Amino acid sequence: MVKRKRNGDKAALSATEFIAIKKKHGFLTELSKNRVLFIMLLPAILYFVVFKYLPMAGVYLAFTKFNYIGGIFGSPFVGMNNFRFLYISGALFNITKNTVLYNIAFLITGNIAQIMVAIFISEIPGRYYKKITQSLMFLPYFVSYVLVGFVVYNILNYETGLLNSILRSLGLEPVNMYGNVGAWKYILVLFNIWKGIGYGSVIYLAAIMGIDREMYEAARIDSANIFQQTRYITLPMLKPTFIILLLLQLGNILRGQFELFYQIIGANGTLYKATDIIDTYVFRALVNSFDVGMGTAVGLYQSFFGFVLIMSVNAIVKRVSPDYALF
Amino acid sequence: MRTIKHRYSRTIKIKTEGSTIAFNIIGYMVVFIFALFCLLPFWAILSSSLSSEKSVLRYGASLIPREFSTSAYEFIFKSPRKIMNAYGVSTMVTVSGTLLGLFLISMTAYVLYRKDFKYRNAFAFGFYFTQLFSGGLIPFYILVVQYLQLKNNYLALILPPLMNAWYIILFRNFLNSVPDSLVESAKIDGAGDFRIYAQIILPLSTPGLATVGLFLALGYWNDWYHALLFINTRDMFPLQFLLYEVLRSAEYIAKILSQTGAVISTGNLPTETVKMATAMVVTGPIILLYPIIQKYYVKGLTIGAVKG
Repeated sequence: MVKRKRNGDKAALSATEFIAIKKKHGFLTELSKNRVLFIMLLPAILYFVVFKYLPMAGVYLAFTKFNYIGGIFGSPFVGMNNFRFLYISGALFNITKNTVLYNIAFLITGNIAQIMVAIFISEIPGRYYKKITQSLMFLPYFVSYVLVGFVVYNILNYETGLLNSILRSLGLEPVNMYGNVGAWKYILVLFNIWKGIGYGSVIYLAAIMGIDREMYEAARIDSANIFQQTRYITLPMLKPTFIILLLLQLGNILRGQFELFYQIIGANGTLYKATDIIDTYVFRALVNSFDVGMGTAVGLYQSFFGFVLIMSVNAIVKRVSPDYALF
Repeated sequence: MRTIKHRYSRTIKIKTEGSTIAFNIIGYMVVFIFALFCLLPFWAILSSSLSSEKSVLRYGASLIPREFSTSAYEFIFKSPRKIMNAYGVSTMVTVSGTLLGLFLISMTAYVLYRKDFKYRNAFAFGFYFTQLFSGGLIPFYILVVQYLQLKNNYLALILPPLMNAWYIILFRNFLNSVPDSLVESAKIDGAGDFRIYAQIILPLSTPGLATVGLFLALGYWNDWYHALLFINTRDMFPLQFLLYEVLRSAEYIAKILSQTGAVISTGNLPTETVKMATAMVVTGPIILLYPIIQKYYVKGLTIGAVKG
């Protein structure tokens, strides 16, 4: 919009004049003209350089065998060795697989649950019922992941867990979830839905509110029932919101939900094979083994392919339907 | 919400089709199940925290206390210093981080909003890029610990979550509804750039301030991750990290006791219920406050773009 406006002003000028003005208006001119704005921007620039851009330079560590004596720039350079080791040992494949599959499962189940709840909330009568249930569904969103981990423990632990105490009171055999590796996939997915349902359904609800009411009126005149209205009006109209959210989540598919996994699984080594994601792996490389080179290599791998992924997803979307593109 | 309400209250009076009734019944049930699923875990913790240790150990968690007892809370409040201290740390970090963050985010967003600022898109991209690519955890850790020397410093809790590109863009989206002409006329009247921000833009952007402020505050209040990384002095633990430590050490104590065969003492040491009560004491304020906060949240989310 700026460009259009500026070009509009300039249209009255001749081409040479335009170039002359453009040349004159260089960085220094701008700096002196908008001095105050630059000063106001300075804290943010400083912050982003220190906390975001400086660590980017630190990815150099991925190509070194880090030791304390050498520090960052004195440690021996080993080229791609760290990556090679991670690749050959199979660690990289396992954590990548887990991260991607979990995120896909989160994405599908989370969005389905959120859309479903949003549609029902928008349609059912009963103002207080809606308000109360909506508030209740928002509760998990506001608590910390420490409490989420505790909630899971409190439901599932063998001795005093809620699940087992219900099973026992019904005269059934208690189950030992913490010894059952296969069950944790579902537990993590379930509690991810649990944490995000309130927030996500609000976003979809806002999108439903934005749908033109006349469409429903018209559909009713054509005697479409509420199921058909949902199927042929609400769902198609939610598509843009869904696609944007999907894109955001797809671009982040290599970024694991560290807090969720760390708090629910914790240091339970028996569950690692099924539940170790890139982020927990990097964290352990830092805290447990202090394997800086290896950990940085995994982090760089994640960041790099995450970047490639989001750029390509965005490029594809830009070609298919530019309105939905992120940038 | 009002339009929908209106639509339905009218149509239902005219005629309620069978399919609508079926749809509503399914709707009520699905929503009920989800709401229950969200409430029950907290209810179970509350109920257990108000039970006697013996009954919890014998029968496990239940939805109504089998033997009502407040001994777990008494145990906590006998020496409340640790929790009160953590409340102080969390409050201090949340308040200072949120205020400073809001100031910097709104100021940055304002500069990027100014259409006569030539490099606004270049800077916006410079910020946005950090959302797409990052150096990862370990370089960040080394930066904070080794170069900034912030280990066991409150700044290690305040600075990392202080601002990010997403909040800046979100805030700029809020500002975009403020007409340019307002800035223009203020300039003609001789107001400086900072003064326009402080006296015109800020008062007009309360919805944006509320939304971003809530995001920031919730993030700070629930943060345990940065404490895990950077804080190991007990007195400096924020609330959520203290909870994490209590839960972990309680498990640890229980494990040690059971390994040494000292089963009798677990009955006297209210570990299970104390854990529950600690969780309630730590989370209580959020549970009491969130219905109010949620209203602003929903409003902000509805106004601010999903896309960012």
